Amino acid sequence: MDTKVIKSKFPIFKNKIKGKPLIYLDSANSSQKPKTVIDRISKFYSKEFSNIGRSVHSLAVTATNRFEETRDLLKNFINAKSTEEIIFTKNATEAINLVAATYGEKFINKGDEILITELEHHANYVPWHFVRQRKGAIIKFAECNDKGEVDIDKIKKLITNKTKIIAITHLSNVTGAIMPIKKIVDLASEKKIPVLVDGCQGAPHLKIDMQELGCDFYAISCHKMYGPTGVGVLYAKKKWLDVLPPYQGGGGMIEEVKKDNITFPGSPTKYEAGTLQTAEVVGFSESIRFIEGVGIKNIIQHEKEILEYGLEKIKKNNSIRIIGDPKNRGSIISFTIKGIHPHDIATILDEEGVAIRAGHHCCQILHEKMGIAASARASLGIYNSKEDIDVLSDAIKKCNKVFNN
Amino acid sequence: MDIKELYQEIVLDHGKNPRNKKKCEGFNKDAKGHNPLCGDKVHVYLKLDDDNKVKDISFEGEGCAISMASASIMTETIKGKEFNVAKKILEHFINMLKEGSKISINSLSEDENTTMMSLSGVKRFPMRVKCATLAWHTFIQAAEGKKETVKTEK
Repeated sequence: MDTKVIKSKFPIFKNKIKGKPLIYLDSANSSQKPKTVIDRISKFYSKEFSNIGRSVHSLAVTATNRFEETRDLLKNFINAKSTEEIIFTKNATEAINLVAATYGEKFINKGDEILITELEHHANYVPWHFVRQRKGAIIKFAECNDKGEVDIDKIKKLITNKTKIIAITHLSNVTGAIMPIKKIVDLASEKKIPVLVDGCQGAPHLKIDMQELGCDFYAISCHKMYGPTGVGVLYAKKKWLDVLPPYQGGGGMIEEVKKDNITFPGSPTKYEAGTLQTAEVVGFSESIRFIEGVGIKNIIQHEKEILEYGLEKIKKNNSIRIIGDPKNRGSIISFTIKGIHPHDIATILDEEGVAIRAGHHCCQILHEKMGIAASARASLGIYNSKEDIDVLSDAIKKCNKVFNN
Repeated sequence: MDIKELYQEIVLDHGKNPRNKKKCEGFNKDAKGHNPLCGDKVHVYLKLDDDNKVKDISFEGEGCAISMASASIMTETIKGKEFNVAKKILEHFINMLKEGSKISINSLSEDENTTMMSLSGVKRFPMRVKCATLAWHTFIQAAEGKKETVKTEK
């Protein structure tokens, strides 16, 4: 893949950071945006904007159509059965909160068990913690091994007759471990337990086919998929959306409002209260087109190549510990350098134009498990090249030099 | 600017070998500080005598070189000083980090002044100012007898 051509599609790479070319290795946090996405938002506001789904004037019709086109594209992109299964949220966090709140309200009671893993991002733990507090439920954590992956047997052992939902990441944002979702879904379906997948890192880097994965819920973060901020997606099987209560109340999500009673329409309308992030959703259609244009197979192949090159190169530096060594790994290299705190690493790297993230990456439980408070994380996107890894590697050597270690 | 202006030898030395990193004997006040975004943690132990003089001060904690060096330098600088003087030093210190001004306090020796000034490079890294000030705010919290953990994010 010619990353020079790919980079040229992203205006941000024209900028210099501290006088140096930007080496962006923070895509797991948020990806950069291609010009087509940026232009689409501008065009929408310039020529097509109106609120959607309410008025009958021409602009309202155009805007509504553009908005719904994204839902159609997304349905095909993730192979959902219908557009009714696709709900726009403000982010993936809200998508998971939606499920925790509504499913928790209806199906989780005192003593029931919620099964998650030690790999989870806080966004796939804290919402369940609220359910635990509200309902007196129990959260069980499937243990992560020293390779930074969760063995499926650990999950199997924790499933009981009390398990009401399994909520699990598709791809760990710290160790890069790719979880065998299909196998977990098979396991869960024997006991009719629904599975929620936190797909924030999965969706930008893996082929995601809802009918093949078979999960009940899948949360997507659009800004990590070269899309605008302010857009998340909840995929949910229709059978759940038909029985779960609404999440937030307001305009746009009602059928009929009387003084003594309110009725609600079906999905997705029932779950999309208030004016939505219209322009961002329309902009996201170009992200899907961009990903499809490059081809998800090519993305997977390219990122695998860069990841392997990166792991190989960084491992050569004796002062480095790479966090986790999962068999099936995607797009993420978290590491520590002996004697240098991750925040100092990030500052020194930034001086070289290299953007990484340092901290606990919203995974305090996993970091504690790994015996560290924080790590530095280089995460890949479609625009990264082997040359980017070379700059990273040299910048890491500079850290060693500054700290004389 | 060279990155060495941030990581000056004095800073690296204090970061790698922090002074007074322990629980000091006979402390009568203490407080915790936490930077939830980075995970930097500091626990300041303080022995304040009846005349509000810092008889002894120490800290425990984990964090980046800037936060550890700053905590270490703080304990060395304010030990033996009046609380009011320590507060004045903090004021000058914060001004140095934010405005780039010099520290000019009569009760600081030349060495103490040089040591504190070694953190002046932080000014160019606004995201790191809170690393440099965490221990200091935690010290004030301890001295004023407040119980809540100091947090850099409100």
